[in-house]
Amino acid sequence: MSGVRLLVGTAKGAFVLTSDGRRADWEVSGPHFGGWEIYHMAGSPAEPDRIYASQSTGWFGQLIQRSEDGGRSWEAMGNQFAYDGTPGTHQWYDGTPHPWEFARVWHLEPSATDPDTVYAGAEDAALFKTTDGGASWHELAGLRTHRTGPDWQPGAGGMCVHTILIDPDDPDRLHVAISAAGTFRSDDAGQTWEPINRGLRSAGIPDEDAEVGHCVHRITRHPDRPDTLFMQKHWDVMRSDDRGSNWREISGDLPSDFGFPIAVHAHEPDTVYVVPITSDSLHYPPEGKLRVYRSRVGGEEWEPLTRGLPQENCYLNVLRDAMAIDSLDPCGVYFGTTGGEVYGSADAGDSWQPLVRNLPRVLSVEAQTLA
Amino acid sequence: MIRVVLPYHLRTLAGIGSEITLDVADPPTQQAVIDELEARYPALSGTIRDPSTMRRRPFIRFFACEEDLSHEPPDAPLPAAVASGAEPFYVIGAMAGG
Repeated sequence: MSGVRLLVGTAKGAFVLTSDGRRADWEVSGPHFGGWEIYHMAGSPAEPDRIYASQSTGWFGQLIQRSEDGGRSWEAMGNQFAYDGTPGTHQWYDGTPHPWEFARVWHLEPSATDPDTVYAGAEDAALFKTTDGGASWHELAGLRTHRTGPDWQPGAGGMCVHTILIDPDDPDRLHVAISAAGTFRSDDAGQTWEPINRGLRSAGIPDEDAEVGHCVHRITRHPDRPDTLFMQKHWDVMRSDDRGSNWREISGDLPSDFGFPIAVHAHEPDTVYVVPITSDSLHYPPEGKLRVYRSRVGGEEWEPLTRGLPQENCYLNVLRDAMAIDSLDPCGVYFGTTGGEVYGSADAGDSWQPLVRNLPRVLSVEAQTLA
Repeated sequence: MIRVVLPYHLRTLAGIGSEITLDVADPPTQQAVIDELEARYPALSGTIRDPSTMRRRPFIRFFACEEDLSHEPPDAPLPAAVASGAEPFYVIGAMAGG
């Protein structure tokens, strides 16, 4: 029987939630790596029981853990993330040059076909890759050494590669998003990169439509329509239909176009989900009501999804990597909150239930659909 | 034989008890102790020293014989009481956080 496994990274450990295909009852295991920050976990699409986890603390640095049994047991893998050559500098918060310093891995993106190949998005912004299952990592330095790199500046959360998309039609085509540099595309397996931020306007930077400097929070796509990308920017929900070369705003009738995550329905490429947050100064839902908004027409027109979600006194946030979709029919939608809840919908967002409460601050949620 | 005491998270990571013993060539140094520790427990690699600079991580301290040895050169000999096994070498995680 089919089932779903949720990989939940939190500020104080990892949790694994499992359910059968009905997705009504969930078993929670964890905390794994209690007390450590788990920025992200990701399963290999090629071997779903192989799971990679990014484990770190400010005390002991970065580790990468790997499981071969769906998260029951783990083995520490290689954790040397060395910048290639002399790293140089980027801009610091005050505009002065600052040396590139590795802090942590924000996001892991396994290959669709090879369980030993994984990309890692790092802070300070760089892309790393392993082809030996995490034993060793090497930098794809063309991103960090892009001619605009010395002008990149961190967002409040750090200067991180937080999103990595591998094109389903061509694994050499990659998209990444960096806070607060913007979105970049490579057509040669990460050797060279092009900034693709045309159409973005960001009031918080001196030149609102600059080539780089935009605080992109998350990008996503549907695998059946790889040319179409959706973006939640610091402000604005955006769409591109040419693989990111040009963007247009689709915020439409959202109550706020500020937010962090964005996700696409598993079977409907024009059905998109966001979680509006009041503003960049008020990181909680408008009016204290937790509402996921869904567009069934690719943006502009949005409907609030509230059944089962708190509609009063709710002042939490949903972080950029904390929303995920399963591929059952109807597809499941999941998100974790900074208040430690994981909510799930087994009917594509029409209704929701809390799957677990009182976890530490949720940093990431990934969904695996199991055969 | 060098006695080493690690903080909770590193003991958990390595799957070890409160104190371990390591064989380290004379004269033992901070660097030699950490090298041997990482060789015996690969999961600890890079957790005490930054792997790119090999410097002690900022929130790690080294104590022994009621002294803070954190700022001693990594290749300086450890106190005789540590070298003889009379006193343990403490790896400490700084007290901070919530």
